[in-house]
Amino acid sequence: MCMFSKWERVLLSCLLVGSLAVAGCGSGKKDTDKGGKTKVAFVHNGSINDGGWTNAHSNGRLALLKDNKNVEASYVENVGDGADAERVITQLASQGNKVIFATSFGYMDSMVNVAKKYPDTIFMHCSGYKTASNMGNYFGRIYQARYLTGMVAGKQTQSNIIGYVAAFPIPEVVRGIDAFTLGVKAVNPKAIVKVIWSNTWYDPAKEKQAALTLIDAGADVITQHQDTVGPQLAAEERGKWSIGYNMDMSKAAPKAVLTSAIWNWGPYYEKVIKEVQAGTWKSGAYWGSMKDNVVDIAPYGPMVPEATRTLVNQAKQDIISGKLNPFAGPIKDQDGKVRVEQGQIMSDADLLKIDWFVEGVDGYISK
Amino acid sequence: MNETLLISILAASITAGTPILFAALGELITERAGITNLGVDGMMLVGAATGFMASVTFHSPWLGVGVALFAGALMALIHAYLTITLRANQVVSGLALALFGSGLSSYLGKAYVGMRPEQTFEKLPIPFLSKIPIIGPVLFKQDALVYLSYALVLLAAFYLYKTRAGLFLRALGENPAALDAVGINVFGLRYIYVVIGGALAGLGGAYLSLAYAPCWLENMTAGRGWIAVALVIFALWDPWRALAGSYLFGGIDALGFHLQVLGIPVSIFILNMLPYIFTILVLILVLIKRGGRLAAPQSLGVPYDREER
Repeated sequence: MCMFSKWERVLLSCLLVGSLAVAGCGSGKKDTDKGGKTKVAFVHNGSINDGGWTNAHSNGRLALLKDNKNVEASYVENVGDGADAERVITQLASQGNKVIFATSFGYMDSMVNVAKKYPDTIFMHCSGYKTASNMGNYFGRIYQARYLTGMVAGKQTQSNIIGYVAAFPIPEVVRGIDAFTLGVKAVNPKAIVKVIWSNTWYDPAKEKQAALTLIDAGADVITQHQDTVGPQLAAEERGKWSIGYNMDMSKAAPKAVLTSAIWNWGPYYEKVIKEVQAGTWKSGAYWGSMKDNVVDIAPYGPMVPEATRTLVNQAKQDIISGKLNPFAGPIKDQDGKVRVEQGQIMSDADLLKIDWFVEGVDGYISK
Repeated sequence: MNETLLISILAASITAGTPILFAALGELITERAGITNLGVDGMMLVGAATGFMASVTFHSPWLGVGVALFAGALMALIHAYLTITLRANQVVSGLALALFGSGLSSYLGKAYVGMRPEQTFEKLPIPFLSKIPIIGPVLFKQDALVYLSYALVLLAAFYLYKTRAGLFLRALGENPAALDAVGINVFGLRYIYVVIGGALAGLGGAYLSLAYAPCWLENMTAGRGWIAVALVIFALWDPWRALAGSYLFGGIDALGFHLQVLGIPVSIFILNMLPYIFTILVLILVLIKRGGRLAAPQSLGVPYDREER
């Protein structure tokens, strides 16, 4: 005896196939190699229209296509971590893609496995830490942009309370909060940054609610580390200001968004493909900076005064030239203990595992 | 705890609970009629997407609500056809529709991601009532859809317990053969209630995309449809308990965020577990009290077959 009747099996498969077909729409299907073009493929965990993380990578792909006419780039979106990712990456490799970019931390081990089986393909993994002879990883120093947006927020706030809706207490997020707060403090020592953990990456309603709670607690600028625009919508609704993340979020909240800390993957993708085409590509770990134009801040909203723009633009130049480093000492933690001495700069190794808040953050790292 | 803080937590609980309440009411009616619908989350998503699209295109949030109701109803019609006419496994059909709804809504809403609606449902304080201390600002300083949800709970409770049609609805889930014997069209009635349930799930989605957020993003329900399904069990198939449960589930987020702002270190992970711990506790308590019998409709999940009666 089968669990389902024949009818049920037919209908169930129809429904499932139907839903998969719909969900898979827009996935890359270009297999053919035309006229010696380099075939490149991207694997994303989100949708290329999410207005955030994946959207930023998708814009990088479009910039690559515009810059380099000898490239053919396809993408697959909404790919889950684990078995799905391994299957998709294997398929892309077997279709003859020369370079495969995977843009979710959760793809790391799948990519390592596939890289072993396809030694002639180059694998690039975003935000992880594993490499192989044919697999590199890459990420960006978004904290530099966070620092600058912190300066904008510090200048703009009148209540001296800035709200930060944070996803999960992992180093990437803590580092962003610390850099942002250091930027706030650099221009406005009286201001504090209140942090709420939403424990979500993607729940616009809940993230908006977290932002509303911060506004109720007196915050007049809201920033965030999420994959949605929920917090921005709260600021817009209550007539407060906001700082976006991932992409320029002014479209979602035109009256609220002062600027956004943004990813700009185009230049990096162009660089990698040029190296591959020239045969000079080497495996390694890349942490791109503002100097490389991988991270940046979005154009200012009309409400940001000229004086602030001049100040922040100067700081941006100083970060690019190396004169200014957000994590240069002295830096105290929440308890007032000096963590980075005067004249010292926090090492990359320490930055990658940072688990404490700087002075000026009002919140705790939930355990 | 001071008064403003209390009001702000309670009011936020109601806003956060409302999308779950609509969906849970729909599921409650569906299950009272003897059909389990696990596709709620998919129906919410389709309602959220289509409602938002209609609202943006025609500049009318109320039209958006209408479209969301209709879209949810259409999805539920598929479920009704599969489970009532074809007597398919209800769990399988529901799960398939949940996945289908997620894909369909993403596909339909693609061009609308990140758009701003010109008009949304804004807070609409009710004169006099909103002036009552504490209760006023909590209950009567909400948007029109929240008021609609109050009315729907009242209506559902009255219908279910006080009307002849409500008696038939309860009998549908308990003993459809008895209804059939007195000449009531069991299949037709079940169709109607499953479709109403789907429409309410669509409305729950529309509340998210038109009033709560308001925006459209793929999979923006973030699993609220599943919470609604769990909530019906928590509520023991009673509309008033569904209302209380929705606000309790919604209130846990609000409380968690406020505690964080106050610097009170509670683990948010434990807080997030609370709704489910409550559901399990309710199940245990009820089962102990009633000697192993849950208040679930007797024929829930059993396809009705005239030849087997």
